[in-house]
Amino acid sequence: MFDSLSARLEGIVKRLRGRGRLTEADVDEMLTEIRTAMLEADVNVGVVRTVTARIREQAIGARLSEALDPGQQVIKIVSQQLTALLGGETLKISYASHPPTVVLLAGLQGSGKTTNAAKLARWFKSQGRQPLLVGADLQRPAAVEQLRTLGRQIDVPVFSEPGDPVKTAKRGLAEARRLGRDVLLVDTAGRLAIDNEMMEQVRQISKAVQPNYTFLVIDAMTGQDAVSVAEAFHATLAIDGVILTKLDGDARGGAALSVKEVIGRPIAFASTGEKLTEFEQFHPDRMAGRILGMGDVLSLIEQAEQVFDKDQAQIAAERLLEGEFTLDDFLEQMQALKKMGPLSNVLGMMPGMPKELKGAEIGDDVLRPVEAIINSMTALERRKPELLNGSRRTRIANGSGTSVGEVNRLVKQFQEMQKMMKRVGAGGPGKKGKKGSAPRRGFEGRGFEGRGLPGMPGGFPGFN
Amino acid sequence: MNPTYPILAAAVLVFGVGVVLWNRRRAAKPVAFSVADAESSAAAQAPALRSRMSKARGALGGALVRLGTRSGITQQTWQELEEALLLADVGVRVVDELLTGLRARVKDKEIVEPNQLLSALQTQMTDRLAGADRSLRVIAGDADSPNVWLFVGVNGVGKTTTIGKVAAQQRNLGRKVLMAAGDTFRAAAVEQLTTWAERSGAEIVRGNEGGDPSAVVFDAIERASARKIDLVLADTAGRLHTKSNLMDELRKVRRVAAKGRGRVTEVLLVIDATTGQNGLAQAREFGEATNLHDGDQSGVTGVVLTKLDGSAKGGIVFAIETELGLPVKLVGIGETIDDLIPFDPVEFVDALMRVG
Repeated sequence: MFDSLSARLEGIVKRLRGRGRLTEADVDEMLTEIRTAMLEADVNVGVVRTVTARIREQAIGARLSEALDPGQQVIKIVSQQLTALLGGETLKISYASHPPTVVLLAGLQGSGKTTNAAKLARWFKSQGRQPLLVGADLQRPAAVEQLRTLGRQIDVPVFSEPGDPVKTAKRGLAEARRLGRDVLLVDTAGRLAIDNEMMEQVRQISKAVQPNYTFLVIDAMTGQDAVSVAEAFHATLAIDGVILTKLDGDARGGAALSVKEVIGRPIAFASTGEKLTEFEQFHPDRMAGRILGMGDVLSLIEQAEQVFDKDQAQIAAERLLEGEFTLDDFLEQMQALKKMGPLSNVLGMMPGMPKELKGAEIGDDVLRPVEAIINSMTALERRKPELLNGSRRTRIANGSGTSVGEVNRLVKQFQEMQKMMKRVGAGGPGKKGKKGSAPRRGFEGRGFEGRGLPGMPGGFPGFN
Repeated sequence: MNPTYPILAAAVLVFGVGVVLWNRRRAAKPVAFSVADAESSAAAQAPALRSRMSKARGALGGALVRLGTRSGITQQTWQELEEALLLADVGVRVVDELLTGLRARVKDKEIVEPNQLLSALQTQMTDRLAGADRSLRVIAGDADSPNVWLFVGVNGVGKTTTIGKVAAQQRNLGRKVLMAAGDTFRAAAVEQLTTWAERSGAEIVRGNEGGDPSAVVFDAIERASARKIDLVLADTAGRLHTKSNLMDELRKVRRVAAKGRGRVTEVLLVIDATTGQNGLAQAREFGEATNLHDGDQSGVTGVVLTKLDGSAKGGIVFAIETELGLPVKLVGIGETIDDLIPFDPVEFVDALMRVG
């Protein structure tokens, strides 16, 4: 149900082709769609209102460039605006001159404080620091136990004692000094923003340890309530930055924008998976794209750069666009792709990816039969799939443990892809591939034939 | 920055995965599932949702005060009403549906006063939630065949805590309860559940950390059957609905739970009231993963809405109930055992609309 913003704007944009300037009416029409996209991403209603007003000012009368279509230009403006809103100052950690540097984590129940305390400890470790974790969540049964287990996994000591969380935090600070640890991370109990007693407790803890940094942990799936939560914590604790968790789901994470806008503090870190290593500093530009439903293109490029051989990929991409891409190239690139991590993650980062492909059913072994089929072909067959007659296909099916039908479909789809890519390649900059050319059964290739991938010839602005 | 990599990756992926999905034929999994004498088991002496939710003013409250004091229904009325509903996480689509109906009635002069508009809205919202069966199903009679309630949901929504409270309430109703510590992933989840078992006087079957959750659930059901225990409450690890491997694991847990002597009479999806529009995706995916039948029917039998005592309003349940047909059965409104209560749509809407 979450159509990408570019898909939403398509209808409006068609009418605007060839015009030199956007009128107020055009912009308002587009802003309605942009507003809906932001609301579906859980950006707070009030924030949506101010943001759309700003975008409106910028967009009206903006001169349209020839190369980009008006819709893309509006998206560019929106995306730049959101990036600016999410970013601005980025948080740079400066360490206390008298160690330890104290970091306090606060947030609602279930936002992921304990897990992220450990993730943050691991991050500090990777920066060459020696952290100590303090378990001051004495509320939730076994929370300290959880922290200890995580501490063992990352080889960071954990301090906690039963009784009073404020005393525990204080003792933890003394312990850090005694052990010479230079970063102290204090995990606190989850609380409801409106629970005065619990807010008072975390305020006491904060007073006792005088943190250099106080991070608010917020779940990316949070809805409109993110604003009141952030306001309440900021009023009590003076938040320095936000840790956004569960970004590995499909929530668009509008909460990030709301919180940044309301308390004016940056999103410092993002947690992107269950593994303790899946934690990184926050990239505002990527989040802007995500909120607008444009996928996480930049992350994808970065990951891809790490695993694809640069020159080889360049050559392969050129061949792909010229229609000279062979099954051999395909196999090679597919293997490189597999190194990028779980397929579902990679798919999730692609903009405009059809819903069927984003679904939960894609395990990492789905490509195996495809590999098996190609591996069962001779070198010549891989270069010239048109050689494949009935008996060759039967042999390949037997050799790969698949059926002739599967081999047929693979060959057919490969040829269709070749045709499609050739057309895209021939389009050249500023033009788009024709829509709906290659029929692919089982799913609609929205975002691939017609819209163009970001970075494709004639693709998205702002990314190349 | 070189733009060629994503093109390549996309082409390769779409092509490769497309072939596979196309080829895939999901095997039919026939399962007989029938309900004998379904019995309702509401928690006794539940505190009123309204009074508990009123810790924070009703979501619509502020806007409604302003609306009520105006003399007529203007463009601004609609805008404020819309924003108030959106602020409660009701969602763009449902809000549009709600307001479209009201706009027509205002146009026909059927509604003229702001106060009429508000009460019409309240009725409409309540109607949307009316008619669902919100009872927790227990099939009584066969002592060898325990009822199994499976608790599923994303991370951090309060599954384990909910199980603890349900266990205590069911114990108070005189049932024998056994917990299956199926969250073998999160560090110390088993310890947390054990604490709840001790508090509520339920038995518990535990596995090894990192072990197979299906095995734990299966063992628990067999144990319950042997000891003539009425009800097995099966915990599962929190998982994001986008993780295919973890959802497959859940699929297996659901299958295995139906294999032994137990009868799975509830699959309860636990959702955090602070959840925004993603709640709908959660409900859809968990419903799909726990569905043993062919077809689109959801495997989830009910929703538990937790943490409704905060400032969040849980408006996402309108979309979940009407678009997916999943009834909210329980709501969590506090930390104590009695703070898990049956969901009452009238009170829920009333609390949302509460003024001041």
